[in-house]
Amino acid sequence: MSQAATTAGSVPATSVASTEQYNYAIVKRFAIAAVLWGVFGMAAGVWIASQLAFPFLNFDIAQITFGRFRPVHTTAVIFGFGGNALFATSYYVVQRTCQTRLYGDSLASFTFYGWNLALILGVITYTMGITQGREYAEFNWQIDLIILVVWVVYFWIYLQTLLRRTQPHIYVANWFFMSFILATALLHIFNNLEVPVGIFHSHSYPLFSGVQDAMRQWWYGHNAVGFFLTAAFLGMMYYFVPKQAGRPIYSYKLSIIHFWALVFLYMWVGAHHLHWTALPDWVSTLAATFSILLLLPSWGGMINGIMTLSGAWDKLRTDPIMLFLITALSFYGMSTFEGPMMSLKSVNALSHYTDWTVGHVHSGALGWVAMITFGSLYHLIPRLWGVNLYSLKLVYVHFFLATIGIVLYITAMWVAGIGQGLMLRAFDQYGNLAYTFTESVVFLHRPYVVRAIGGGFFLAGMLIMAWNIAMTVRMGIKSEAREREEARAAEARTA
Amino acid sequence: MKHESVETNAGLLIILTLAVISVGGLVEIVPLFYIDDTIEEVDGVRPYTPLEQRGRDIFVREGCYTCHSQMVRPFRDEMLRYGHYSLAAESKYDHPFQWGSKRTGPDLARVGGKYSNEWQVQHLIDPQSLVPESIMPGYPWLATTPLDYSDVAARMRALKRVGVPYSITEEEYEANVEKFGEQHARMFDINNAEEMLIEQAQAENFDGDSSFISEMDAMVAYLQVLGTMVDFSEYDDGHFAEFR
Repeated sequence: MSQAATTAGSVPATSVASTEQYNYAIVKRFAIAAVLWGVFGMAAGVWIASQLAFPFLNFDIAQITFGRFRPVHTTAVIFGFGGNALFATSYYVVQRTCQTRLYGDSLASFTFYGWNLALILGVITYTMGITQGREYAEFNWQIDLIILVVWVVYFWIYLQTLLRRTQPHIYVANWFFMSFILATALLHIFNNLEVPVGIFHSHSYPLFSGVQDAMRQWWYGHNAVGFFLTAAFLGMMYYFVPKQAGRPIYSYKLSIIHFWALVFLYMWVGAHHLHWTALPDWVSTLAATFSILLLLPSWGGMINGIMTLSGAWDKLRTDPIMLFLITALSFYGMSTFEGPMMSLKSVNALSHYTDWTVGHVHSGALGWVAMITFGSLYHLIPRLWGVNLYSLKLVYVHFFLATIGIVLYITAMWVAGIGQGLMLRAFDQYGNLAYTFTESVVFLHRPYVVRAIGGGFFLAGMLIMAWNIAMTVRMGIKSEAREREEARAAEARTA
Repeated sequence: MKHESVETNAGLLIILTLAVISVGGLVEIVPLFYIDDTIEEVDGVRPYTPLEQRGRDIFVREGCYTCHSQMVRPFRDEMLRYGHYSLAAESKYDHPFQWGSKRTGPDLARVGGKYSNEWQVQHLIDPQSLVPESIMPGYPWLATTPLDYSDVAARMRALKRVGVPYSITEEEYEANVEKFGEQHARMFDINNAEEMLIEQAQAENFDGDSSFISEMDAMVAYLQVLGTMVDFSEYDDGHFAEFR
């Protein structure tokens, strides 16, 4: 049967053989889900950004006020868009680099339905006001349990697939994916230790309070960035950049050093979100120190990615997918420089609690995470369906919309954050505060409008991507149908 | 050991990764439970009354922490704007902590007593009516929604389980009388949680409408207690600096 399939038709041989050799069906589902969550999550982002610029948009409707909708945005983009993209790419990469089929077809399906069910429930319950009140961990305790089960299954699938590899070595991308799976499990479990009000009650109270709870939460919060949004996406980078460039990774040694340094150092830095708070100084000093050290492995990863292109720089002129990947690495380098700088206590005294932090997060989230994901999905999706991309030109359009959007976003937030920080600490000649808080809010209006416009650009790019992907998949489905028909005809002839 | 042995052995890779990622958290989090200076010794900090706690639940529900911090930092401008910097002790009964990460609006750690109840109610219903430049959403439903306090005892039991000293037994009650005074100890008695909530809401009538107990009553009760528990005039300047 499989031999018949490989010889049939004009379709690229890999795509046909792979339906037998690899589980591509699950990768396809997660990839499509990532695009859908991306559209929804980014639209939610533009919506709440507009609410800050034009507060009447809250409409006095409880379900859509900023406070309830902000977690909808963060959950949809981090766990919906980012999470589904990571499932898709990790399931793809582990199969390709281990040269073996993904373990457990139905278990893999379970992770797809379980993960997305948890997210949908999360989004609905947030608008109802059901939340733990912990940033990036707002899911209530019942949803936390669903996520826990999904995650354990994910780990099991990944481990079993690694154990079934036909290659002696575990490729570097898989180290990153595995560290992300392990760290996320650790973070999720520890940060969500809670006592429910009742078995059928949606609310729960966290095991710790005050300063310990704060430390736990930001250990979680920053490592959600470190492992979910960085280590895992580096795993993506380590596969898709060399693939798209058609060259091996720049330095094998560098990948070893920066992997271990990165996973070790990240876990120390969360407390830089708590500088100058009631957290003891020794913790925050330790966190600042490790934040500075973290620059080294971060840039190690960036250099390893970008230098992979050495000798093939011309691809930046001809290949828009490469543009996405390399721009992503550039933003990764930039925001991993900005981060350690902001973790210095004196800088943090100004930047903390302002929009500078929001801008920093988005230069990482839009510039690094979303751009590397766009590049990877543009590489991945045509291969999954065995066709060429519907339009390369639209990839260029997407790239420029996204880049303009990010630049508008970040610069607006620099102006807003640094401006507000300076206003709030300004004194007049008599030693009184020069500005009221309200005056700083008035100042924020224009940057907030520009930020919403920047977000709009980014969303427009995302919509174009969704259209491009939809058309590509349509072509893929059509050619698959044609191929099946041809195979049937061939069978009929031989019979 | 050559790195190749890690690359060719999934079990080893997992064990080493787990070991490496565990260090940071262990070193930074575990001592916080054992170093005594982490939370200052200070008079006045007490658990929330049932009504205040329900207000806090609503604060969490509405996601107020997405725009308001509850953590005054030890800077001159923050001291002038908000008051004495926050102590760790002041949030020791906060499950979850609500220190926040972003000030789209001002810090609320010491908002208690700064404005009248009437101002708070009007401001929550329609912020722009008092501060025209404000970008805060209105929360008119707080004033019209009756407070659900049927589960307040269950909530307090859960909080007791995570360490808040609400009382169930006579012994625990007496200990609370000793520690917080009788007036407060009555409020912390889980057996009478509902009555105590109603008593406080009726006595203080935070929302100015005595016909029913609204979510606004609870919310304003919570806001008005924020940052008021410690009397800083009792302590020398710099007394708390040694704990930093």
